Amino acid sequence: MPDVAVIGFAQAPNVRETPGTTNGVEMLVPLLATAYRQTGLSKQDIEFWCSGSSDYLAGRAFSFIAAVDAIGAFPPIHESHVEMDAAWAFYEAWLKIRMGEVDTALVYGFGKSSAGQLRRVLALQLDPYFTAPLWPDSISIAALQARAGLDAGLWSEKDLAEVAARSLADAADNPLAQFSGATGAAELLDSPMVADPLRRHDIAPVTDGAAVVVLASEERARDLVERPAVISGIEHRVDSPVLGARDLTRSPSTAAAGAAAGIDGVEVAELHAPFTHQELILRRELGLGDGVRINPSGGVLTGNPMFAAGLARIGEAAKRILDGGARRTLAHATSGPALQQNLVAVLERRD
Amino acid sequence: MNIGFDYTRSVGPVLGRFVNGLAAHRIEGVRGSDGRVHVPPVEYDPLTAEALTEFVEVGTEGTVKSWTWMAEPLDGQPLSRPFAWALIQLDGADTAMLHAVDVPGPEHMSTGMRVAVRWADETVGHIRDIAYFRPVRTDTADAGPTADPPPVAEREEGDPVGVVITPVHLKYRHSASPEESRYLRALAKGKLIGQRCPVCHKVYLPPRGACPTDGVPTTDEVELPDTGIITTFCVVNVPFLGQRIKPPYVTAYVLIDGADIAFLHLILGCDAADVRMGMRVRASWRPREEWTTSLENIAHFEPTGEPDAPYESFAHHL
Repeated sequence: MPDVAVIGFAQAPNVRETPGTTNGVEMLVPLLATAYRQTGLSKQDIEFWCSGSSDYLAGRAFSFIAAVDAIGAFPPIHESHVEMDAAWAFYEAWLKIRMGEVDTALVYGFGKSSAGQLRRVLALQLDPYFTAPLWPDSISIAALQARAGLDAGLWSEKDLAEVAARSLADAADNPLAQFSGATGAAELLDSPMVADPLRRHDIAPVTDGAAVVVLASEERARDLVERPAVISGIEHRVDSPVLGARDLTRSPSTAAAGAAAGIDGVEVAELHAPFTHQELILRRELGLGDGVRINPSGGVLTGNPMFAAGLARIGEAAKRILDGGARRTLAHATSGPALQQNLVAVLERRD
Repeated sequence: MNIGFDYTRSVGPVLGRFVNGLAAHRIEGVRGSDGRVHVPPVEYDPLTAEALTEFVEVGTEGTVKSWTWMAEPLDGQPLSRPFAWALIQLDGADTAMLHAVDVPGPEHMSTGMRVAVRWADETVGHIRDIAYFRPVRTDTADAGPTADPPPVAEREEGDPVGVVITPVHLKYRHSASPEESRYLRALAKGKLIGQRCPVCHKVYLPPRGACPTDGVPTTDEVELPDTGIITTFCVVNVPFLGQRIKPPYVTAYVLIDGADIAFLHLILGCDAADVRMGMRVRASWRPREEWTTSLENIAHFEPTGEPDAPYESFAHHL
C-alpha cells in the first residue's frame, strides 16, 4: 500500500464573523486557489474530494452540497462528506489513497459558527434521551471537566492561565489568528469567571473559518513538492458518550490513538484543545514532555473554526515539514463533548 | 431564522423502564457486566457491549462529583434563574448523571455536597420529570420549576411511555453573500441583476459566490430584462398548510432572457390548463411602494402572448 503525504495547506483568517453565507463558498474559493498554486495541481488533477461540516452549525439542510459550488464540480467529481471535523474527512481521503483507488485528494472543512448560538448548537452532540433535552451548553460541560481536574489536584487555575498565555504569545506570529498578544498568566487570572472555574482565556473563541489540505501518494508527492509531509501513522478512537460514566480528567481514546499512530520522537505537536485544561489532558495522555513544542500556531484557543480546526491542526503540523522547520510532527483533532473522540496523525520528512 | 422541530424517539425496554420509573417518582439504573450500576441506564455495557437487563432501584439523593455555575441560563435549560450544572452520583449508583442544582449562587456549591431530586409538578415519563436537584440541607425556600413539562406522545390509556419528545428550537442569522446583496438591492429598485462566469460565460440569476461549473467567483454584473420563458411547470391542485393561493395554480421555472439558470415563480393571468413549456412570460411587479429587497416584488409572471420559444432553445436548461 502506498504511503500518503500532505503537500498543501491553506486556511481562511480566523474571524468572529464572516460576511459570507453558511455554505462556506466565499471562504473556500480563495483557499482552493492557494492549494492549487502550492502543489501545481489543478481541479482536474484532484481524484477525490472529501469535506467536513455540519448542517446544525449552518442552520440549513445539505450545506455541504452548496459548498461544492466552490470546487466547480464539472465534469462530475468523486466526492464524500463527513458530518464531523474535516480531520475525519482527511482520514477518509488517506484511506482512499492507501487503498490505491486514487493518487491525489483534497480535503476541506468549513464552519460559520457565528450564524447560530454555538454553545447551544453543540448540545445536539449529546445523548439525545437524557442529556441533550436539558440543553447543557458546551462551555458548561467543559467546566465540569475542568473542575474534576482541579478537585483531583491534576492542575491549578494558574496552570490553565499559563496555557492561555503561551497560546496568545505564539499566535502573535500567526497572521490568521483571531486573538494574540503578550499577556501574563497572573493578569489573565484577574478576569472574572465565565463558567466557574473557566475564565474567558480558558475557552476557545467563536470563530468562522475554513481549511484546505491536499494529499498525494508519497511517490506522486515527491514530483510535486520538495519536502512532502509523509503520514507515518494516523488513528482515531472514541470514548463513551455517557459523560457521567467517564473519568473526565482522562482521555483513553487519545492515549490509544497516539499509541497506535506511533508518536515517538515528535518535535512539534499541534493539539486541538478548545479549553486550556484539555491541552493538559492531551499532553499527559500522549506523554508529550517539555522537549516537544506545543501549538506554535497558537492553537485553537486563538481561533477555533468548527469543523475546520482539527484539519487545520494537521495542516499546521504538515507545514512545519513542508517548510523545512521540523522532521517529525504530531497533529491531534477532537470532536464531541469533553474530548469524546480523538484523532492523532504523525507526519515526517523522509529523504 | 427560527428553526424548530419536536424530536420523537422511541425508548425501548431499557431506557423505557427508566422514564416510566421517573413518571412514578422512582429512579432505576442498570447493572453493568462489571457490577457497576449505571444511572441513567445504558442499553449495552460500555466495556463488553453485552445487553444489560438487571435493573436496580437507586436513591433520589446523591453526591455532587463536579459542578459549574450557569449565571445566564440559555433557552431550554431546566431553570431560567441562575443555577448550577452538576454531575450527581445517586446513592446506589456508580456513574453520575448530569442535571441542574437550584441554589442562589455558586458559593452554595461544592464538590461532595449532598443533593436531592426535586420532581416536576407533573411527571410524564421524561428526563425533565426531574425538574432539578436541591441541596439536602438548605435554608433557601424552593421557588419552584420554571419550565413546563415536555410534550407527550399519544398512547392507549394505561400503556407505558414508549416515546419521548424533545422540542429543539435554534435561532440563526443567515447573511446574504456580497453577490446576493447586490442582487437583492437591485430588486428593491425594480431591476434584475445577474452575474456572468468569467470562464464559461453563463449568467446566473440570482448570482452565486462561485460558478458551480468552474469554481470561480462570478464578478461580471449583467442587468437582465423582466421577460423570459417557462422551461417547465407544475399545476398545484393539492391544498397544504401555509398555502397562500387557492388551487389550482401554476408554479414554473422561469428562464429570464439572457440568463442561464431558471428560478421558481408563480404563473397567473391565464387558465392553468393553458400554461405550456416554452411559453413567453413577463413579470408582474407589485406596486412600487411595496418593493423591498426580495423577489416577492414580482407578484407573479403572466403570458405576453408572443409565440412560444422552440423546445430546442431551452432543452439544455431542463
